[in-house]
Amino acid sequence: MPKKNNAKIKKKILPKQLPRIYMDYAAATPVDLRVAKMVTARLPEVFANSMSFHSFGQAAREVLEQSRADIAGIINANPKEIIFTGSATESNNLALKGVMFANKNRGKHLIISPIEHACVMESSEWLERQGFEVTQLKVDNFGLVNPAEVAAAIRPDTVLVSVMHANNEIGTIEPIAEIGKICREKGVCFHTDAAQTFGKIAIDVKKMNIDLLTASSQKIYGTKGAACLFVREGLRIEPILHGGGQESGMRSSTVNVPAIYSFAQAGKLSQKEMAKESKRLAALRDKLIAGILKNIPGAHLNGHPTKRLPGNANIWFEFVEGESMIIQLDLNGIAASTGSACSSAKLAPSHVLLAIGLQAQEAHGSLRLSLGRWSKANEVNYVLKVLPKIIARLREISPFKTAY
Amino acid sequence: MKITKKTTKKKPAVCGSSTGPYTSTVMEHFKAPHNYGKIADPDGIGKVGNLVCGDVMWLYIKVAKNKAGKEIIKDIKFETFGCVAAIATSSAITDIAKGMSLEKAALINKQEIVDQLGGLPPIKLHCSVLAADALAEAIYDFYTKQKRPIPVELEAKHQRIQKEKDVVEEKYKDWTQKEEEIHNQ
Repeated sequence: MPKKNNAKIKKKILPKQLPRIYMDYAAATPVDLRVAKMVTARLPEVFANSMSFHSFGQAAREVLEQSRADIAGIINANPKEIIFTGSATESNNLALKGVMFANKNRGKHLIISPIEHACVMESSEWLERQGFEVTQLKVDNFGLVNPAEVAAAIRPDTVLVSVMHANNEIGTIEPIAEIGKICREKGVCFHTDAAQTFGKIAIDVKKMNIDLLTASSQKIYGTKGAACLFVREGLRIEPILHGGGQESGMRSSTVNVPAIYSFAQAGKLSQKEMAKESKRLAALRDKLIAGILKNIPGAHLNGHPTKRLPGNANIWFEFVEGESMIIQLDLNGIAASTGSACSSAKLAPSHVLLAIGLQAQEAHGSLRLSLGRWSKANEVNYVLKVLPKIIARLREISPFKTAY
Repeated sequence: MKITKKTTKKKPAVCGSSTGPYTSTVMEHFKAPHNYGKIADPDGIGKVGNLVCGDVMWLYIKVAKNKAGKEIIKDIKFETFGCVAAIATSSAITDIAKGMSLEKAALINKQEIVDQLGGLPPIKLHCSVLAADALAEAIYDFYTKQKRPIPVELEAKHQRIQKEKDVVEEKYKDWTQKEEEIHNQ
């Protein structure tokens, strides 16, 4: 077949080229090419075991310790206070289990918010099965924890309070400095999961009275496989992994130096661009939220209107099911996520949405659009153009179309 | 000499071309569902599922006699609120049932629907049950309106569906009422 014809046919049968719009930065971020370049350049020199005494090992160790200092610098911590782990999930597990087990003689009570990430919720449930006691605080309809409630929940045997810095689904930013202050006054440890805020919102562990903090590389354009737990000096925790005694015995495992190096470089970049970037993203976010609420009937904002992550938009739509919405968006080239039961492995709606007072049927219709470093105004415009059609279409084939 | 056909190059991944956990047949039904909408003057309606669980299926049927004098499903339409699988199974059952005798249609089981779609993820199999239930309920509704005796198997099916409905309705009274109100606006 002549080449020319071939090209013609190809043009006809190939699917229409869709835009590729990634609006799921809260789930995972692409690695920043600047970071990728730096990591690739150093890969040959950081392969060795950082525990080895030979020069190869020491070269890796040097990169590791510099990375530790870089990460510590971002949150005003001492490098000694940073334990590198493999994921934010691991850090949160280590924080909760590590503190509760190390302080068994002080008490058995743990306080958490009801909108924590699954790794905190599940770790707490596991701790309960081990004989610890867990109090779940309440949140208001915006997802905010009331610091006074934290104070009221603290008992003589309370060891740890864990409240996330910002929620991954609805984006609400918690008053962690106030909670930290209360915990410090009452002599209780305070842990915050900052996976969604590290490198995005300024954090000062000293000023905010934070005892333990979780941060992750893959949420800030570093590679996966690196995260950290800040543990304030003097605080005792029990390790989960036993072995070669890496990370001051707190996390045995050959240290993933390349990933940690990418974490540190990504952290420094994020820190440098934080002020400008968060302003830019907040403007895009507000445009996105306002556009959706204005153009689509039966749309409601989840989370706080102002105390929210710069890149987070979370809306629920009446009489629209989330999984269908996500797949329709994907068919239109847009990547997003939902808290619908139908899209979850457990077939249960998001515990966060239920905690802020949504009914199950309302949570089914939730949509999270999370913006990030490469989000552009034209992408927001495209979503605002496509989304109303998708919502109308799904309502059209449902028994509830007459409502709109 | 036989010339072997050149194997076609694998298509590059295009955003939106992925089907997630679903077969391409499921996706075809989801993208362009068959027979959706309402029949203005239906002979039977089947309503199953509920908003709380995240899927609601309403199935409308029109019954007529074929040349042999047998009652068949002449027209069938659906309205569904739900996930991809709920919409696809609704669409698939209308394809299967259209033109079928009432007796046969009442016995369509979930496996026929799953097969029609080339499979469903295990976690979504309940959607095929829901579609089969919706059709059985529509046929039950037709027989009841016609004051006809109900076949034993259909009666048993109806009893089971009704029992499940009662449990949910008791639990979520306000919302199940709201569903009706909105639909009747």
